[in-house]
Amino acid sequence: MAILVSKDKCRGCKMCVRACPFEAIDMVDQKAVINEKCTACGQCIGICPFEAIEKTPDKEGPVDLSDYRNVWVFAEQRAGKLMNVAIELLGEGSKLSKEIGDRKVCALLIGYQTDHLIPELFAYGADRVYQIDDPLLENYTTDGYTKVMADAICEYKPEIVLYGATHIGRDLAPRVAARLDTGLTADCTRLDVSLKNYIQYLDTCTTLDTSSIDPNSQDKNLKQTRPAFGGNIMATIVCPKTRPQMATVRPGVMTKLEKDETRKGELIKVQHKLAESDIRTKVVEVVKAAKEMVSLTDAKIICSGGRGLGDPSGFELIQKLADTVGGVVGSSRAAVDAGWIDHSHQVGQTGTTVKPKIYIACGISGAIQHLAGMQTSDVIVAINKDPDAPIFEVADYGIVGDLYKVIPEIIEEWSCTCNNN
Amino acid sequence: MALKIIVCAKQVPDTNEVKIDPVKNTLIREGVPSILNHDDANALEEALKIKDQYPDTHITVVTMGPPQAKDLLIECLAMGADEGILVSDRALGGSDTWATSNALTAAVKKIGKFDILFAGRQAIDGDTAQVGPQIAEKLGFPQVTYVKEFSMNEKNITVKRALEDGYEVIQLQMPCVLTTIKELNTPRYMTIGGIYDAVKRDIPTWGARELEIDLNTVGLDASPTNVFRSFTPAPKGKGMMLECDCEKDTAKVLLEKLVEKHVIS
Ligand SMILES: Cc1cc2nc3c(=O)[nH]c(=O)nc-3n(C[C@H](O)[C@H](O)[C@H](O)COP(=O)(O)OP(=O)(O)OC[C@H]3O[C@@H](n4cnc5c(N)ncnc54)[C@H](O)[C@@H]3O)c2cc1C
Ligand SMILES: Cc1cc2nc3c(=O)[nH]c(=O)nc-3n(C[C@H](O)[C@H](O)[C@H](O)COP(=O)(O)OP(=O)(O)OC[C@H]3O[C@@H](n4cnc5c(N)ncnc54)[C@H](O)[C@@H]3O)c2cc1C
Repeated sequence: MAILVSKDKCRGCKMCVRACPFEAIDMVDQKAVINEKCTACGQCIGICPFEAIEKTPDKEGPVDLSDYRNVWVFAEQRAGKLMNVAIELLGEGSKLSKEIGDRKVCALLIGYQTDHLIPELFAYGADRVYQIDDPLLENYTTDGYTKVMADAICEYKPEIVLYGATHIGRDLAPRVAARLDTGLTADCTRLDVSLKNYIQYLDTCTTLDTSSIDPNSQDKNLKQTRPAFGGNIMATIVCPKTRPQMATVRPGVMTKLEKDETRKGELIKVQHKLAESDIRTKVVEVVKAAKEMVSLTDAKIICSGGRGLGDPSGFELIQKLADTVGGVVGSSRAAVDAGWIDHSHQVGQTGTTVKPKIYIACGISGAIQHLAGMQTSDVIVAINKDPDAPIFEVADYGIVGDLYKVIPEIIEEWSCTCNNN
Repeated sequence: MALKIIVCAKQVPDTNEVKIDPVKNTLIREGVPSILNHDDANALEEALKIKDQYPDTHITVVTMGPPQAKDLLIECLAMGADEGILVSDRALGGSDTWATSNALTAAVKKIGKFDILFAGRQAIDGDTAQVGPQIAEKLGFPQVTYVKEFSMNEKNITVKRALEDGYEVIQLQMPCVLTTIKELNTPRYMTIGGIYDAVKRDIPTWGARELEIDLNTVGLDASPTNVFRSFTPAPKGKGMMLECDCEKDTAKVLLEKLVEKHVIS
């Protein structure tokens, strides 16, 4: 697989040179030439007005991967509590297993004394739970979890394994992937097996030309879509030659199933060969941040403040707004970097990804890294004194004005409206 | 203590400077500078702090990239690293993280025995945070990722590993692989003398042949993952600007709209 430029078709317009994220195209004798920085990301293909650029197909034919079945979710728990993202992934896993057809969604539960979590996993959609229980697994360690997980994957051969892109998932998944010599896609925000759904997504959310994708092809590979390049591009990654196909998935993006306490499933207790000497790191202590965790991911309404607040006391107004509307306070990174508010409130690429019903951005310019974390909110309201602020590009309702004048009015109107109804 | 430290550093485009052409919806890459990846600067700084404490420490920086990545090594030498190695070969182009870590692991093995390998947590272009742990696995050494505090004595290393809602205190022994985040330290600047010396230094370039690496384990074709499609996200579509004479009316209209659309009741 490589990117090729047809010398005959290339007119030397340099459109591709400008569009390449990796400076991988040089002009030689007025023709585009691909250099060694090329990652075959394909940005140039659609841009060329002369259809001079194409991707060569894979050399090898498809490998027989049919031994691998079912969708696994790493049921991450901390101190006996399931992480939200694990529940979200069970929902997504159910969707994918239907798209493949005749597959089960399985939760892999690793820890010590985790029996109480099994009914919860069934209730949220697991058809089967693989449990690995041992005192050595009480705390997460890279060595311990990697060993039992990689061994279980070798034994049961799932075709897809999903992890939450948490600090633990992103520590564990690459280690397991390297041990199994399979591919891993990082920090995904969308997963598809069905090509029809994928094409529909591209058609509605992107400007990509989808005519070259055959919706009736038998392709059942997992198409894993993720932001890269600081959120400036989206890439769909496939792993066609090895199994399992593995991905870490961003928390807060996938949809949980409705909890159904009557759902039952199958429990498999997995034998393992972990010994104390396998674990080379010692967890001396696990410290929870003293501050209360703001549950941005669960919030229905988020009121965020940015550098436009001018000083830390601005968050008092944001808090007041949040209290009025029944929301939670979020922030941009600039406000965090200024020391006005704790990082746990940060929304965006290096903060939390949120999808509330209403997102109110106050004094936030709308940098791509911020948008990456909130643009899928149902309704976005933006208040900014600069009419050209990029935040207005994604806002459903934009208000140009001084937030210190606008917010008090919203607080007042909101109280009236909601008290009258 | 005469420690041997290896730092993995990547040259990346400053993705913060990248803009999207609003009309064509394509990336504007022109004029975007190439920089030392942020987390990698923290990785090097921590190595330099160890060298401040134990001056016999030897720091080797290794980078894989096109020939221009030599500039990054000069920068690292000017900050105080002892040696820089460029891994560069067309055969390595288009590697995914599995293949990248194969090449870097081969380079690390060729450099020889080490006590600590520092990598950044994440590169701001590929954004995967996978290469550090994958090198650790291929070397067979323990790892700690998201390191935000570091201390060591003759026997042990103690680190704080950041979690979303707190941190863990972890102890381990050398040799080990640690990946660093920005909370760990503040990288120092290059010194004038350092720059002067660094540009004169001989920086070896290792290709696939020097690494004695199996060509079926590196490069685009060997990579288990590949890019199926890539695109710039289409903007959500501009909504409605609420323009009224005074803030009070604006707030009223907003609330009407939200009720109308059943967002609130
Ligand atoms: C690798 C990387 C990761 C990042 N991750 C994140 C992330 O996760 N989250 C994030 O948010 N950022 C992130 N950033 C930073 C991001 O690029 C921006 O710098 C940041 O989002 C800007 O924050 P801001 O909008 O609050 O500040 P600014 O961009 O300074 O915007 C302030 C806005 O307030 C407006 N304003 C000023 N006064 C008033 C007033 N009285 N009333 C109304 N409006 C007013 C101004 O017009 C302006 O638009 C990241 C950057 C990098 C490089
Ligand atoms: C749009 C796009 C999406 C991609 N998505 C994936 C994906 O999901 N999965 C996948 O396997 N590959 C993916 N790749 C390929 C991946 O970007 C490359 O393999 C890249 O060389 C390494 O990944 P990274 O930049 O994410 O590094 P990270 O894993 O984020 O880097 C972590 C640390 O490893 C060290 N390091 C990384 N690269 C080097 C280097 N070249 N030299 C020295 N040290 C280094 C640095 O210390 C760095 O801080 C993608 C590529 C593109 C273009």
